Amino acid sequence: MTTVLTSQENARIDACIEAHRKMPGALLPVLHAIQNDLGYVPEEAYPQIAHALALSVAEVHGVVTFYHHFRRHPVGKHVLQICRAESCQAMGAEKLEAHVKSALGIDYHQTTADGAITLEPVYCLGNCACSPAVLMDEELYGRVDSQKIEAIIHEARVSA
Amino acid sequence: MIKVYVPRDSTALSLGADKTAAAIVAEAQKRNIQIELIRNGSRGLFWLEPFVEVATEKGRVAFAPVQPKDVPGLFDADFLHSGAHPLYLGLTEELSWLKKQQRLTFARVGITDPVSLQDYIAHDGYKGLANALNMSGADIVKVVTDSGLRGRGGAAFPTGIKWNTVLNAPAEQKYIVCNADEGDSGTYSDRMVMEDDPYVLIEGMTIAGVAVGATQGYIYLRSEYPHALKVLNEAIEKATQAGYLGDNICGSGKAFHLEVRRAAGAYVCGEETSLLESLEGKRGLVRFKPPLPAIEGLFGKPTVVNNVISLATIPIILDKGAQFYADYGMGRSRGTLPIQLAGNLKQGGLVELAFGATLRELLYDFGGGSATGKPIRAVQVGGPLGAYLPESQFDTPLDYEEFSKIWAVLGHGGIVAFDETVDMAKMARYAFEFCAIESCGKCTPCRIGSTRGVEVMDKIAASKQENPSSHAKHIQLVRDLSDTMLNGSLCALGGMTPYPVLSALNHFPEDFGLNKKEVAA
Ligand SMILES: Cc1cc2nc3c(=O)[nH]c(=O)nc-3n(C[C@H](O)[C@H](O)[C@H](O)COP(=O)(O)O)c2cc1C
Ligand code: SF4
Ligand code: FES
Repeated sequence: MTTVLTSQENARIDACIEAHRKMPGALLPVLHAIQNDLGYVPEEAYPQIAHALALSVAEVHGVVTFYHHFRRHPVGKHVLQICRAESCQAMGAEKLEAHVKSALGIDYHQTTADGAITLEPVYCLGNCACSPAVLMDEELYGRVDSQKIEAIIHEARVSA
Repeated sequence: MIKVYVPRDSTALSLGADKTAAAIVAEAQKRNIQIELIRNGSRGLFWLEPFVEVATEKGRVAFAPVQPKDVPGLFDADFLHSGAHPLYLGLTEELSWLKKQQRLTFARVGITDPVSLQDYIAHDGYKGLANALNMSGADIVKVVTDSGLRGRGGAAFPTGIKWNTVLNAPAEQKYIVCNADEGDSGTYSDRMVMEDDPYVLIEGMTIAGVAVGATQGYIYLRSEYPHALKVLNEAIEKATQAGYLGDNICGSGKAFHLEVRRAAGAYVCGEETSLLESLEGKRGLVRFKPPLPAIEGLFGKPTVVNNVISLATIPIILDKGAQFYADYGMGRSRGTLPIQLAGNLKQGGLVELAFGATLRELLYDFGGGSATGKPIRAVQVGGPLGAYLPESQFDTPLDYEEFSKIWAVLGHGGIVAFDETVDMAKMARYAFEFCAIESCGKCTPCRIGSTRGVEVMDKIAASKQENPSSHAKHIQLVRDLSDTMLNGSLCALGGMTPYPVLSALNHFPEDFGLNKKEVAA
């Protein structure tokens, strides 16, 4: 899935690179900045990044693909992360996960047809005293059941 | 003006603390009452969040849990003057859940406004650094060694010995790296320190820098912790402005700079050498040791890598002395451990205690038993690579050596409880699955073994009912795979995945379609 970046997107990527390239070990900060801005790290940006940091395109590709956090494709307006780790399992995360998947009609790493919500698994959000936990964008929720998740999803949809 | 406290800790926020705070402010305005709202850290009684406190002459009193709908009623009952209300809990400090704890590392957590430097200093902050600035590096290291502090990130390596290696490694540039990757499920004490008392971590890292002669520090922070990121950056900025960080800390002529770096969601990057690779901007492949990071660490320079809790414990040790800290604990586990109660418990939260308390005390006295009311059947201690313990082992004291005697680990102090509905074969499968997802790929036993493990566990689930002879073969295969992983892995991700797998199999054979006798044999 290759897309052509607009010149505006290219300029934003350049700005992200410029702001961080002088840091020691700059690659992760650069990738974070790009993803924060565009929502993902487009493959078309690898040569720019590689050139600025004196790396090979293969090295940039290797790093982007190594880390679960970095996305290679555009995502929905909102990203919903459901914790799959042990503490949340002990409090019914599996049921919650099944409910969300069927309510949204998607599996993990997919986006709803209306482009509103991308679903991702996550392994612990540090909210284990109030499991199950989910993160909607940067908003954390605890003791989430089917009813609560419906409300969270609804709120995200209307705010979109 | 009356002070009202509503926590800003992530868990409190996840249960609606912002809405509660807004409702309190709006209601006060409506009634023309002047209040001062303080967003403190959490006291750690997470089942009671949002946990609202009001300052009174006798001390702070608590009302919890407070939802926005409770707010008008609280004002009606005059909660600002301790009026009677069903949510009234009395003086916070007198709550037995808190009173029974020994809070050293967490001394300020929940009490202060996390980003207020004045508050930090008013509550004994920066006393440790003041002492350290009058000591030689070797003397600081000696205090840390004598305190008996062992790394709280999981491996329990003596902190003073690590620092000593870095102190004695000659180099122009050295680094202090804080491991704030907190990848272990069931743990959140690092997050709490960073969100609820960030200066204690900053102070601890500064002392480490002064001790070993490092002028640059990095905090490698989980990408899943957006709130911690904001709080840390704000605190670092304020500490820098006030001269506690920078080129001339507290006028001592010594420099220490600090920066937060975001991780990117790879569990293995919590392993210290993988973390260093990641900080250098590379894939997080685990390095062979030696060389130790203390000799050749970040960018090839001598580097202290310590967990958040290890570093956040340094200020109180330097303030009150090595003996003060060493007086807590049992055996070779000195001091206190911030324990995190998680999973299926009625009262989840942060319990800091001297080493030596039993699992049973934590699960029942503090945890209040299971949240579902069903018997607690299994407990995983020490994160996803920790063993599952059955009821018969609940009397084990929390002590590194006692745990290793029963082939278990304390790790980062997370305790996850499961009730009787848990399927332990499923948990074993999940342990393999997690390892397969997170493996850095460097060694075959970890990379391939974990994937094979998932497949075999699926076969076990299928053959349990139908085919006894192939079933036995599959069980043997799980043991063989585990053996290979235990012995042939470079790091603990592959090397310890067998802990949850085999402990589940050995303690809960019935979930694997075996009877107890078959396994005991
Ligand atoms: C797979 C793996 C993950 C780890 N994750 C963490 C972690 O998230 N936080 C941490 O402090 N230590 C973690 N460790 C332990 C570190 O390698 C290292 O021992 C620790 O950071 C040293 O600090 P300490 O001595 O203060 O504990 C992990 C180890 C392994 C093998
Ligand atoms: S055990 Fe697994 S995670 Fe650790 S170094 Fe080997 S392959 Fe990487
Ligand atoms: S295990 Fe789900 S938040 Fe920690």
